[in-house]
Amino acid sequence: MSRLSGAHGGTIPTVAVALSAALLLAGCSGGSGSGDDASGAGDPGTVTLVTHDSWALDEKLIDQFEQESGTTVEVSAAGDAGTLVNQLVLTKDAPLGDAVFGIDNTFASRALEAGVVEEYTPADLPEGAEQLGGALTPVDQGDVCVNADEAWFEESGLDVPTTLEDLADPQYKDLLVVTNPATSSPGLAFLLATIGAFGEDGFEDYWASLVDNGVKVADSWEDAYYVDFSGAGEGGERPLALSYATSPAFTVSEDGSESTTSALLETCFRQVEYAGVLAGSDNPEGARALVDFLLTHDVQAALPESMYMYPADAAVELPADWQKFAPQADAPFEVDPADVSEHRDEWIERWTETVVG
Amino acid sequence: MDRDSRGLSRRRGAAGSAHHGWSRSPSLTGSRGHGLRPAPLLWGAAVAVPLGFLAVFFAWPVAALVVRGFVPDGALDLTGFVEVLTRPRTWRLVGLTLTQAVLGTAFSVLLGLPLAYLLYRRSFAGRSLARGLVTVPFVLPAVVVGVAFRALFAPSGALGFLGLEESLAGIVVALVFFNVSVVVRTVGGLWERLDPRAEEAAASLGAGPARVFRTVTLPSLAPAITSAASVVFLFCATAFGVVLVLGGVRYGTIETEIWTRTTQFLDLRSASVLSILQLVVITAALAVSARARRRREAALHLVSARRSARPLSWRSPADVGAALAGTAIVAGLVALPLAGLVVRSFREPDGSWGPGNYLALGTTGERNALVVTVWEATATSLRIALTATLIALVVGGLVALVVSRRPRSVGARRAIGTLDGLFMLPLGVSAVTVGFGFLITMDQPVLGLDLRTSGLLVPVAQAVVAVPLVVRTVLPVLRAIDPRLREVAAVLGSGPGRVLRTVDLPIALRSVGLATGFAFAVSLGEFGATSFLARPDGATLPVVIYRLIGRPGAENYGMALAASVVLAALTATVMMVAERLRDDRAGGEF
Repeated sequence: MSRLSGAHGGTIPTVAVALSAALLLAGCSGGSGSGDDASGAGDPGTVTLVTHDSWALDEKLIDQFEQESGTTVEVSAAGDAGTLVNQLVLTKDAPLGDAVFGIDNTFASRALEAGVVEEYTPADLPEGAEQLGGALTPVDQGDVCVNADEAWFEESGLDVPTTLEDLADPQYKDLLVVTNPATSSPGLAFLLATIGAFGEDGFEDYWASLVDNGVKVADSWEDAYYVDFSGAGEGGERPLALSYATSPAFTVSEDGSESTTSALLETCFRQVEYAGVLAGSDNPEGARALVDFLLTHDVQAALPESMYMYPADAAVELPADWQKFAPQADAPFEVDPADVSEHRDEWIERWTETVVG
Repeated sequence: MDRDSRGLSRRRGAAGSAHHGWSRSPSLTGSRGHGLRPAPLLWGAAVAVPLGFLAVFFAWPVAALVVRGFVPDGALDLTGFVEVLTRPRTWRLVGLTLTQAVLGTAFSVLLGLPLAYLLYRRSFAGRSLARGLVTVPFVLPAVVVGVAFRALFAPSGALGFLGLEESLAGIVVALVFFNVSVVVRTVGGLWERLDPRAEEAAASLGAGPARVFRTVTLPSLAPAITSAASVVFLFCATAFGVVLVLGGVRYGTIETEIWTRTTQFLDLRSASVLSILQLVVITAALAVSARARRRREAALHLVSARRSARPLSWRSPADVGAALAGTAIVAGLVALPLAGLVVRSFREPDGSWGPGNYLALGTTGERNALVVTVWEATATSLRIALTATLIALVVGGLVALVVSRRPRSVGARRAIGTLDGLFMLPLGVSAVTVGFGFLITMDQPVLGLDLRTSGLLVPVAQAVVAVPLVVRTVLPVLRAIDPRLREVAAVLGSGPGRVLRTVDLPIALRSVGLATGFAFAVSLGEFGATSFLARPDGATLPVVIYRLIGRPGAENYGMALAASVVLAALTATVMMVAERLRDDRAGGEF
C-alpha cells in the first residue's frame, strides 16, 4: 500500500488538472442524463433520495411531488438492500443524500445503531402501517415464501407440500432450490423463517435435514428462479423454489383464470421496507416531506405495480391479479429485529458451516 | 527581478537537460544521451497525468477503504490479519482463486493462439465478422453469461451430459469464453505485423513448420503472449459474477469473499486483510510476468498487415489445423452459448416466436421494472463509454509511451517497470473496494455537486478499468519498434517531437484503433463499479439488464435477453469499426 500512497505524494497540481479534466469530460457526457446536474445535495430546493436497485416509482408521481412541494427530487440507487445500509453506515459523516428508502427489517437495526437515520414516523400513519412501525417509517412489505410449480405436482401425482417440515420429507427429495443467505436477501429472509420456526438452536438441524433431502442452493434469486425452478418455464428441473408470495401473480395463464404456480404460505418470512431521514441531511424538511409522500394513497397504490411489494397502507386496494393469486401469509414466521441485528452474521456463518461445509 | 531570474534559470535548467537522451524520461534517468532534444516538461507531464489519475481515482479510494478496515475506531488494529490468515477458509479461497486463474489463463492462451493465427495471419471471406464475434463474450454482463452457461450445463441443458454443473471445470470454461478474445486480439495484433521473411528464411534453411513456429514465431510473439496472459490472469483471478452463478455456494474466490464481507456483512476488517492478500497475489503474478516479458523483449521487424496475411490455404497442414481448431473453438465455446442466447431472445412471453422482446425494448418493462427504457439506457451507455474511452486513451496512451522507453540506467528501467505494473493493478482489485472507496474519499462536494451520487464518476471508473487494456494493446507494438528507426530519424535532424510524430505515432496509431475498440467494449460492459455509481435515470445497458433479470415476469426476462443481444451486437460492431479504421490507416508504407 505504501507504494500506492507514495504515488500521489508529489503530484498534487497534476492531480487537480487530471481531476478537473476528467470531470469536464464526464460532464460533457452528461453522465446522469437528467440535465440539471448543477443542483446538488447542498441545494435546499433539492432532496436526494438514496435507495436500492429495486427502486422503480412512476416518474409522474415524482413530478407530482415536485410540483406540489417545489423541491427537486434526485434519486441515487446502489446495490441491494444490504449494500445500501452498509454504504449509509460508511458515509455517515458525509451522507449520500437526505432521505432513504429501502432499509428492510433485517438490516434496520444496523442502520439505527450506527445512527445513520433520524427517528421519524409521520404523525398519521395509515391503517395497518402502525403495527409494522418502529423508529422508521414502514412503506411496504412482502412475504418471502417457497413457491411450487402446480402443474408439475399435478403431473407427478404428489401432493403440493405445505409446511417447512414437508420440505425435509424424503418424498420431496431433490425438488427444492433456495438461495444463499450470504449473497441474497430472500435467502436471508428464508433463513430467518427457519430460525423463527425452529429456534436459534434448532435451525441447523433443520437445514441438515434439508441438505440430506437434496436442497440446492443458488447464489441469487434470478439464478434459482429462472434456471432451476420448473415453474418459470425456462427449462428448470425443480418444482419448489424460494421466491415471493407475489410471484404467482406473474405466472398467470393466458386467459387469466389461474396461475401455474403458488406460494406455500406456511413457509414465509415478512420483509418490511422502511423510509427515513438521513442524519446530517442538508434538507431534513424536504426529506420528511418525501417520506410523508411515500405514504400517500397514490404512491401506496402504485407500489404493487412498480416495486412488487404490498403497500403498508391496508386500505389501499390491490391489483386484481394479486387479490386472486398473491395472498399474503396469515402468520409469517417472525424473529425479533434486535436478535437479527445481534446475530445475523453469526447465523449466516453457522448456516454456511451446516450447508456448505 | 528575483522572479525573473528564477524563471530564467528554470528555462536554462530545461535547456540544460537537453543533453539527456530524448528517449528517456529525464525525471527517471541521469544518463547522458547523444544531444538529442528532450522535452523534460512534456515527459514529466506524460508521467504525472496518468499517475495523478491513478492516484485519485484508484489508489486513494482503495487505500482509504483498506485503512478504514484497520483503523476502525481511531486506533490501529491489526488483529484482523491473524484472525483472517489463520482461517482455513481463507487459504481454500486463495487456492481456488489461483487454480481457476491459472487454468483459465492457460486455456485462453492455448485456444487463443490458433485463433489469432487464423484471424490475423490468414485472410478469408468473413474474417472481420469472425474477429468481431470473438470479442462479443468479453463485454457481456456476467449475470447473463452465468445464466446462459448454467442453462447449458444444467442436467436438462445442451451440455448437461458433461457434468459441468457447479464444478471448477464449468467455471474455467466460462472464464475462457470471456477472455479468449484478449489473447486473440493482443497476440493477433502483433502477429499480423511480424515480418514473414524471418519465418520464410528459417523454412528455406530446412526447418519444418513446427520448428519454425517454435524457434522463430513463438519467441517473437512472446511479449504479446505474456502481455495478454497477465491481463487474462487478472481478469480470471478477480472474476466475480460467473464464479457466484456457476460455482454455486461451494466455490468462492478472494474476490467473492471481499464482496460478501463488504456489501453484506460490512466486515471491513476481514475485507481489508483480503484486499491486501489479493494485492499480494496480483503483484506477485505481475512481477513474474514482467520478468518473463523482459527476458523476451526484442525489437521486431514489423510490416504491414497486408503483407503478412496470406489467403487461407487448404494445402498447408498448419492452415488446415488452425482452421479446424479455430472453427471448433468458435463454434463450441463462443457460438453455442451466444446462439442459445439469440434464439431464446426471440421466444416471446407467451411461448411463440417473434420480435416481441425487441419491440419491448422501447418500454420500461413489465410493470415498469425500469426507470428508463432500454434504448435510453443504450444511448447513455454509448455516451458514457465514449467519454471513458477518451479518458482511457489519453491516460493509457501516455503510460504506454513512457513505458515503451528503454533508458540505460537500471534505476530508471526499474521505475518504468513499476509504473507499468501500477497501471495493471486496477484489473486485479475488487470493483467493490474501489466503489466503496469512492464513497468515503469523494465525500466533499465539488462546485456544490456530490460526485458520489451525480453519476459523473461512472465514465471515470470505467476508464480506470480500460486503461490497462489500452496499455497492454499499444505497448507491445511500441516496444517492438526498432530503436534504430528513431536513431536514424534523429540523426537526419528530426527533433524529438518529430521523431514521435513520424516514427512512433504512425505505428502506434494502428494499435490505437484496436485499443479504442477494447476500451469502448470494456466500458460498455463494465458492471461492478457502474452499478455502485450510476443513477437510476442514468442507468447503463448492463445495469438495466441486471435489473430486468432480477425481476419476476416472463416479459422482463425476455427483455433482458434481447437487451443482452443488443449489447453483444453493439460490441461486435464497435470492434469491427475499430478494425476497419486500423486497416485504412495501415495503407501506405507499413
